[in-house]
Amino acid sequence: MKTIEVKKPSGYATQIGPAHPALKEPVMFSLDIEGECIKKADFVPGMAHRGVEWMGMRRNCIQVMYLAERICGICGITHSISFVRAVEQIAQIQVPNRAHYIRSIVGELERIHSHLLWAGVAAHELGFDSAFYLAWRVRENVMDLLEYLTGNRVHYAIIQIGGVRRDIVPDQFPRIEESMKFFEDAYDKLAAVFLDDTTVQMRCRDCGVLTNDEARELCPVGPTARASGIKKDVRVDHPYAAYGDLEIDYMTPDLLTGEVRGDVYDRIITRLLEVKQSIGIVRQLLAQMPDGPLLAIPKPAVLLAKLKGVAGEAVGRHEAPRGEVMHYVRLEAGKDEPSAWKVKASSYSNYLSWIPMMEGEQIADIPIIAASIDPCISCTDRVALVRKDSRQILTKEELHRLSVEKTRRIQASLLK
Amino acid sequence: MNATTLLLTVAGTIGMALFGLLAGLWFTGIDRVLAARMQARIGPPVRQPFIDMAKLMVKQNVVPANAIPWLFNGAPLLALASAITILLYIPMAALPNLPLLDLHGDLVLIMYLLLIPGLAMVAGGLSSGSPYATIGAQREMVTMIAYELPLASTVIAFAWKLSSLGIEYPFSLATLATAPIWTLVGPVGFMGLLLLLATMVLVVPGELGRIPFDAPEAETEIAGGLLVEYSGRNLALFSLSLAVKTIVVTSLIVALFFPWNFTDFVPISCCPFLAAGANILFFLVKLLVVLFFSVTLVRISVARFRITQVVDVYWKVLGALSIVGLILVMVDARI
Repeated sequence: MKTIEVKKPSGYATQIGPAHPALKEPVMFSLDIEGECIKKADFVPGMAHRGVEWMGMRRNCIQVMYLAERICGICGITHSISFVRAVEQIAQIQVPNRAHYIRSIVGELERIHSHLLWAGVAAHELGFDSAFYLAWRVRENVMDLLEYLTGNRVHYAIIQIGGVRRDIVPDQFPRIEESMKFFEDAYDKLAAVFLDDTTVQMRCRDCGVLTNDEARELCPVGPTARASGIKKDVRVDHPYAAYGDLEIDYMTPDLLTGEVRGDVYDRIITRLLEVKQSIGIVRQLLAQMPDGPLLAIPKPAVLLAKLKGVAGEAVGRHEAPRGEVMHYVRLEAGKDEPSAWKVKASSYSNYLSWIPMMEGEQIADIPIIAASIDPCISCTDRVALVRKDSRQILTKEELHRLSVEKTRRIQASLLK
Repeated sequence: MNATTLLLTVAGTIGMALFGLLAGLWFTGIDRVLAARMQARIGPPVRQPFIDMAKLMVKQNVVPANAIPWLFNGAPLLALASAITILLYIPMAALPNLPLLDLHGDLVLIMYLLLIPGLAMVAGGLSSGSPYATIGAQREMVTMIAYELPLASTVIAFAWKLSSLGIEYPFSLATLATAPIWTLVGPVGFMGLLLLLATMVLVVPGELGRIPFDAPEAETEIAGGLLVEYSGRNLALFSLSLAVKTIVVTSLIVALFFPWNFTDFVPISCCPFLAAGANILFFLVKLLVVLFFSVTLVRISVARFRITQVVDVYWKVLGALSIVGLILVMVDARI
């Protein structure tokens, strides 16, 4: 008897990126695919390394602050707040209360802006362009508001070490409240489009799942973690700026649906809820805003002189729209520039969640899964090893050896 | 066939091809403007597709190094030629001598011909040597298999109804033009026909590769899929074949479901040219209405399906719907 051998369909390897319509910034996914199904996923970051830290370590702290704002075009204030918080801790500068409130207001407006931008991008990835136009039309309003308050639509340049550079006066409150009302209406519209639409549900429900256990292992931050049911938010856990005075809670998808599934749909819910939460926070901040000065040290020359005299290291943290951002800064006495500046963008913590999210899903889901963690790739890329036109990858052992060497160097310099 | 008929047929073919190309591009432009307005955008000028074609025609025509050149270059020509061929079988606006190839082919032939532009795209995609195009080609084949069931059920329902009435050519569209299907059925059959109409309206975006059934091209997923390697003249030919196909598919729905003419409602007996003109205008309006409801409105109100969902929607939902419609039409005849 003849046996018929059924040949198993062999998979093929393909890659998406670094340049691909699904990706707004360069990163490369290498995928093992069988038919339409992703068997194995991996990614290669490091395509957009800009050497921002290197530049920062050759500038004085006030210059670095503006440079930090330019790490990200969407969450610029995030990086400048994190950086100045680190510097303020080293120099023990007491930030006036009013400045804390203004920082929080701009931070929350930026969160609304970022989440609306993300909603538009996500809709576009799903091929749902009407929702993309709707979200970005709503976003125009928050950009106008930010321009009205700070003078700029992006890169607000309102933060200064020891406070803020511009006041938000009571005359401006009605304009802010007007926008908050607009966003409340817009929230209802967006929720109807993104949460009730059948096709969005078909595409996003149970797609790109990051279970609670996987999330605990991989330690994502921000909405990516909260959508998997992990209650984690720097604003609540370690209140900074004005957040200690506020009623504020973790936004997890079960607040709306009663369950946590950790899929793309939950991440949409989390971000929409956060838009609503930010509206409430801005209102609380406006209602409670104290009087007082804006800057601890108004004169930049005095500030620079003070910073030149201090030494030490500190970490500044901020809950960016994408999750926790961390800046490590070390200052040495007698030097204008920081002797160390290390930036950890939120996407750095979220990248690894891509792998469990993508494996087992279809090719069609790659764009929305990649977008679902709201990756900020250029902000995240910190290193790219290129020698003679070939890229190199460091193993865990090499990395460990390098970090031990660096720790020894730092210890030796601290002993001096 | 004498020399005059031959000459007339050739001239008619050229005329139909020109009509298909111009009307197709014009309708594409209108579709873009309507979609833009519904998304609160201004949108491009209506003549934008013509500008695009003119631009593509002068752009470089790149053939990838690992493509199969004759197939890669031949597929767009085949797609356009086959799309124009279908036009010759579809009656339009009660014009005399139309369809040009009446009685040389019927609905079954049209169903097969409709597959050819899609197959040409598959051949072109597979021969272009890009993994994205390969994925797109696989998806296109799956999509074609998927929408065939609802399409076939509709055609069968029509042919069965006409043959049960003892009409000579039940599959001929010319027959339908003289006897609109709605007048041949009772209330139950009417319900069945409504279901079939809904099915056909949703088969159109699949035929034309528009959202939500545009998985084969899916710009954000596989960067244009089938067409990813196409550029210049070849891409223009594919776009033109899509424009002609738009006219073909919408006029097929018009021929099946709305064969009425303007002169049926308002008799114009004074001048035959005026009557023909009014009929053509009325025909174009019907096409536009079908296009609006089956392409424009659908594509702005939903997200793109995964390829598995495309199959599910066409087989489970629309397939079931069309078969229920078919049964209702059959039950109607027994009552």
